[in-house]
Amino acid sequence: MSDALLLTPLNALHLELGARMVPFAGYSMPLQYPAGLMAEHLHTRGKAGLFDVSHMGQLRVTPRTGTLEDAALALESLIPVDLAGLGANRQRYGFLTNEKGGIRDDLMVANMGDWLFVVVNASCKEADTALMQAALGDRIVIEPQADRALLALQGPEAVHVLADLCPQAEAMRFMDAIEADVDGVRCTVTRSGYTGEDGFEIGIPAEHAEQIARALLADERVLPIGLGARDSLRLEAGLCLYGNDLDETTTPVEAALTWAMQKSRREGGARAGGYPGAEIIMAQARDGVSRLRVGLAAEGRAPVRGGTELFADAEGTQKVGVVTSGAFGPSVSAPVAMGYVATGHSAIGTVLYGALRGKFVPVQVRALPFVPPGFKR
Amino acid sequence: MSSTYYTPSHEWIRLEGEIATVGITGHAAEELGELVFVEAKDEGTEVAQGDAAAVVESVKAASDIYAPVSGVLAGFNARLSDEPTLVGADPEGEGWIFKLRVTDSAQLEALLDADAYKASL
Repeated sequence: MSDALLLTPLNALHLELGARMVPFAGYSMPLQYPAGLMAEHLHTRGKAGLFDVSHMGQLRVTPRTGTLEDAALALESLIPVDLAGLGANRQRYGFLTNEKGGIRDDLMVANMGDWLFVVVNASCKEADTALMQAALGDRIVIEPQADRALLALQGPEAVHVLADLCPQAEAMRFMDAIEADVDGVRCTVTRSGYTGEDGFEIGIPAEHAEQIARALLADERVLPIGLGARDSLRLEAGLCLYGNDLDETTTPVEAALTWAMQKSRREGGARAGGYPGAEIIMAQARDGVSRLRVGLAAEGRAPVRGGTELFADAEGTQKVGVVTSGAFGPSVSAPVAMGYVATGHSAIGTVLYGALRGKFVPVQVRALPFVPPGFKR
Repeated sequence: MSSTYYTPSHEWIRLEGEIATVGITGHAAEELGELVFVEAKDEGTEVAQGDAAAVVESVKAASDIYAPVSGVLAGFNARLSDEPTLVGADPEGEGWIFKLRVTDSAQLEALLDADAYKASL
């Protein structure tokens, strides 16, 4: 990369904590802290972990008409999920699609009462903003909030830790979204995350990010967690990483994300279609697809990584899929992966063979997630 | 007294008779983080200097371990199958990775000694 890396508002704190910094999506980000990836992963599942995810895009979307539903309906023309029906202070997962039904980005949308809070991937944020601006600029105002940090506090103790700084956190349910004071600073607080655990994401004015991060880290139940453990946590939780498991060539139906498209947006629904690639996605939902995203568990201890080819037979003659994400799962103490497999070979329990260093390792199709979710419904 | 030689790719090699022991340096072990899997090529496999002879996997990534000199694989540290973290705990001792029957010991002379390796970091 020729341009200098961007720094998050917590850069000095990462260095002080001894983080190993790596370039990621144009930012210098902590890969891991001295505790190490394995310990960070397990600590998050056992207690609470604090992640700096300030590289992600936080967009404030408001309607030009003054009526929030108009902004929601505008976004529905790019996103095939029910946004007009999203209640106040509720958040929902979704994605931007392209004309071929592929996924431009996956994102979270929250109804904050008089604005929509859209969180998008760091590597896509400029393109997403430009797309929304070009397609919907006459209906909505899109404000990238580059002056805000985003922290994730994840794990079974997260609620108790955050409640000390933000009492309202306690009463929130999974996927609630509010604006509240955290340590005396007005923040966005959503009860959601990317680890499969209960937890929160906190959007903070940049100048207060370090203050709040330090206040959270002062709690002995909290450890700082880097991108390395974030990846193994999300993979065990069966959550997709854009660019690996989802991209412009994978459709929501192939990606096993049909659940995210509510009935109102599906064929026969009140607001069916009306987004890029709708004909293709609706036809796939109706007629089926030739490949599906599945969970994959390799036999033994050697992780199968993204890019590993999958075969129906141990001789490697019939290729039926490819791994898109793979790592060793510290909580399950075994390799975990996901990938795309020909539909005829995608049933849970099917044994495939992954080409690993000249050998063919048995890899079983498994249900996702690999760990039971800790969400507070 | 046998000497230990080092490669720019962070392997160490120690020759005792015709058989050399190979592992990764403390610096490399620290860079990789905790290992979850270690595997060497089968005993009897012929490797040229610089060929991948073993692989170590951390949670996040796989890294090849290269043969510091040409030879024939002559054994794997079986303890690493159950205890891959031994590499990080004692990289230049109990955490050795594989044995190599060296075919051209002259190649050793071109490797780094401990001081030169340290200076290269």
